Amino acid sequence: MSALLLAAATGAAALAAPRPAEAAEVAQYTLDNGMQVVVVPDHRAPVVTHMVWYRVGSADEQPGKSGIAHFLEHLMFKGTATHPAGEFSQVVSKLGGQENAFTSTDYTAYFQRVAKEHLKTVMGFEADRMTGLVLTDEVVLPERDVVLEERRMRTDNDPGAQLSEAAQAAMYTNHPYGHPIIGWEDEIKQLNREDALAFYKRFYTPNNAILVVAGDVEPEAVKQLAEETYGKVARRAETAERVRPKEPVPRAERRLTLADARVGQPSLSRAYLVPAYRNEKKDSVALDVLAQVLGGGSTSRLYRELVVEQGLAAGAGAWYQSTALDDTRFGVSATPRPDVDMAKLETAMDAVIAKLAADGPEAAELERAKTRLVAEAIYAQDNQATLARIYGAALATGTTVDDVRNWPDEVKQVTADEVKEVARRYLVPARAVTSELLPARDAAAAPASPEKRS
Amino acid sequence: MSAAVRAPRGFAALLSTDGLAALVPSARNLAAGLIAMTALVSLAPPASAQSETTRIQRVVSPGGIEAWLVHDTTLPLVAMEIAFIGGGAQDPADKPGVASLAASLLDEGAGDLDARAFQDRMAEKAIELRFDASRDMVGGSLRTLSENVGPAFELMKLAVNAPRFDDEAVERIRQGQLAGLRRRANDPSTQASLAWSAKAFPNHPYGRPLSGTLESVPAITRGDLAAFAKRTLARDNLKIAVVGDITPEQLAPALDQMFGALPAKAELTPVPDAVPQGLGAVEVKTLDVPQTSMVFGGIGLKRNDPDFIPAFVLNHMLGGSAFSSRLFKEVREKRGLAYSVYSHLAPLDHAGLILGGTATKNERAGETVDLIRAEYLKLLTDGPSEEELADAKSYLIGSFALRFDSSAKVASQLLQIQIDDLGIDYIDRRNELVAAVTLDDIKRVAGRFRENPALLFSLVGKPEGLANAGAVPVKGAPNGGSGG
Repeated sequence: MSALLLAAATGAAALAAPRPAEAAEVAQYTLDNGMQVVVVPDHRAPVVTHMVWYRVGSADEQPGKSGIAHFLEHLMFKGTATHPAGEFSQVVSKLGGQENAFTSTDYTAYFQRVAKEHLKTVMGFEADRMTGLVLTDEVVLPERDVVLEERRMRTDNDPGAQLSEAAQAAMYTNHPYGHPIIGWEDEIKQLNREDALAFYKRFYTPNNAILVVAGDVEPEAVKQLAEETYGKVARRAETAERVRPKEPVPRAERRLTLADARVGQPSLSRAYLVPAYRNEKKDSVALDVLAQVLGGGSTSRLYRELVVEQGLAAGAGAWYQSTALDDTRFGVSATPRPDVDMAKLETAMDAVIAKLAADGPEAAELERAKTRLVAEAIYAQDNQATLARIYGAALATGTTVDDVRNWPDEVKQVTADEVKEVARRYLVPARAVTSELLPARDAAAAPASPEKRS
Repeated sequence: MSAAVRAPRGFAALLSTDGLAALVPSARNLAAGLIAMTALVSLAPPASAQSETTRIQRVVSPGGIEAWLVHDTTLPLVAMEIAFIGGGAQDPADKPGVASLAASLLDEGAGDLDARAFQDRMAEKAIELRFDASRDMVGGSLRTLSENVGPAFELMKLAVNAPRFDDEAVERIRQGQLAGLRRRANDPSTQASLAWSAKAFPNHPYGRPLSGTLESVPAITRGDLAAFAKRTLARDNLKIAVVGDITPEQLAPALDQMFGALPAKAELTPVPDAVPQGLGAVEVKTLDVPQTSMVFGGIGLKRNDPDFIPAFVLNHMLGGSAFSSRLFKEVREKRGLAYSVYSHLAPLDHAGLILGGTATKNERAGETVDLIRAEYLKLLTDGPSEEELADAKSYLIGSFALRFDSSAKVASQLLQIQIDDLGIDYIDRRNELVAAVTLDDIKRVAGRFRENPALLFSLVGKPEGLANAGAVPVKGAPNGGSGG
């Protein structure tokens, strides 16, 4: 339970979220209380993936309360007035079901995967904990220790993760994407039962939730079950438009260095502030293609140039996080080979980006990138849980089922000029936070090599 | 090989078996199992589904190569999983990492295609092909749109028959592997795991790091890689599973095309059976981090042991269940000691193990070690209650279907069943086997574990409170640069 979705992808060539091409007939409707419902039929196996998404994430937290969205996600497993602590999980387990939950900057989601005939059971429990949560210090305090251990495991034990956290904070000077999803350690330590319940009452209400059911089900049957369960949960808060403090157009390039004795392998990474799909659809799809051309796998520009041709890097890639409510990030990264100076690696990386921004992609590589993205949309259909996540994340970030369905066609229409244009406009120094992860300074000063400080 | 009469859709019939129906009587014997069994019985789809869907087919090529196929036309794609028995355990003693490096190079140039041309062919058709080595095998995974199945199979053929190991590719992939080793050199959980293996299996292939070391990887030559491929990639140690939009008539000749020219027999170095050493010790590697990562393990069972299924159920109660295991409840839920705590059976080909891990802040490391030991012994000594056993079986039976909801997952299951030599009807029988486990079975298998219940702990961090735990400090930080 309570996995943390690291929306801050850590450098690997994480691609654009693949989306289904000509998916099964996805049905959608809205319950009387305002809860949205999406049904994605997949009749290949007699199982379902049941998810409830709340339109609230770490970027909706108040200053000083970082981590409360994620902490509440943990506490949602602590029982309700109707079902005491542990009962829900015990029933899911007895039914042979699997469950978990995750928190991102823009959403919090809970899911169970069960045999299809148990769908109503898990819907009943999930509807119950939408408003019935009961918390005591007896369960809240040990769980806060669990979250602190989670933070130690993910971040405090890992200099690379610490640098990523700092880079995100540097990127967002005004927008709340700047604080970590899991929260700052000192603030987590102060979170309490009252904070959790206040957050819960404000954001956990059917009109702020999306139900996604994927698997061996019929939309009409799900509708009936949804009305019998979630449909009976009264609204308890009005939802406001999700307007966060806007990140101003950045003016100054930012650079971070973290040098630590625990770093065995240096790395160079950079993120640029770019629009999300919700706000600039055409640019966003072009950025998906750009990420693929620039850093998607071993046929990409960065890999071919830095790893294969120049032999400066052991690995290189690019990623773009298109699914977000507000301005998001496009990243590039490279791992230097031994004795390769970071400045030299960065210069080479800059040259690759500059060339693409100047000339755009060649016809063949544009085609390759689009083929890959469209195929991934088909591959995504092979997994009902993947599909459920794609639709849930899309709807929780202000886009629609039709957007998801149309995305492959939009990819096919992207031109070389459009790719060039988004590279030229967004991959500029003022929008960038560049991070260097280095060994401790005295260790780094060790052997001189011909390639140092060229 | 049986022909598909009409285009089949879905995996439901994989799970609709006589075996499930046969569960009902044994279920009634379980005092607390009724809820579970209701779930179980209703899992079986209507009998009609069976006749509409072709189930697992044994496809044998004209040249005698066997694959298991589930023909499903719901989506226009094909997933193939293959395995060659003989992985990192085949590495030369002084050169760990050969299997891992060789596997990574199979799609980096083969036949007439150099690495660039090979990768271009894959990318142009969005064909996904990758290989990796584990201790006991080299695995290959192919995914393609069914319209590109011809070129995809051609690439698979080239990769396993004629890998080039060109100097450029070897050097480039070697650099990637070394960078990975350096990146993980101070990763606490990786280092705890490597330390455990090294201590448990001195002078045995299982003790050596699968990805090699910063010393061994640079020493690997093209000759080592080519020799590994030549010895290991053969027909008699090959298992194949295919799922998706391809008929048995299409697959059979393709099997010969891909694998027919491989040597008939692999030339594997015999790997001796081994028992983990150092049990009872707590080994510490000091690393300046706030949280101590730990791996623990002891003697378990191999997959072909008649008691494997009861042992699997026993482990589920100890640390296999994500939410209701004893370790989860005691370590995480009650005391907030850790975010993650787990155990699992690790049935290697030449050693049966039970392994687990967790991570807790340094100040509470000793307490956590003591607690895990105590919980393990308690379960082995007192056993579970009837209800706890019934709940565990209920989960394991009910959740089996979740392993079969995508082409890729079905292919992986079919491959593993072949590797474990469980028989093509295993999916039918598996839930029956779990349902049949009694408290007496659990007591018997717990008795076997209790013959030597000592666990070896490997800790990385700055653990405190180990005074009672029999800690054996190890000098220096784990900077050795080995990775798994």
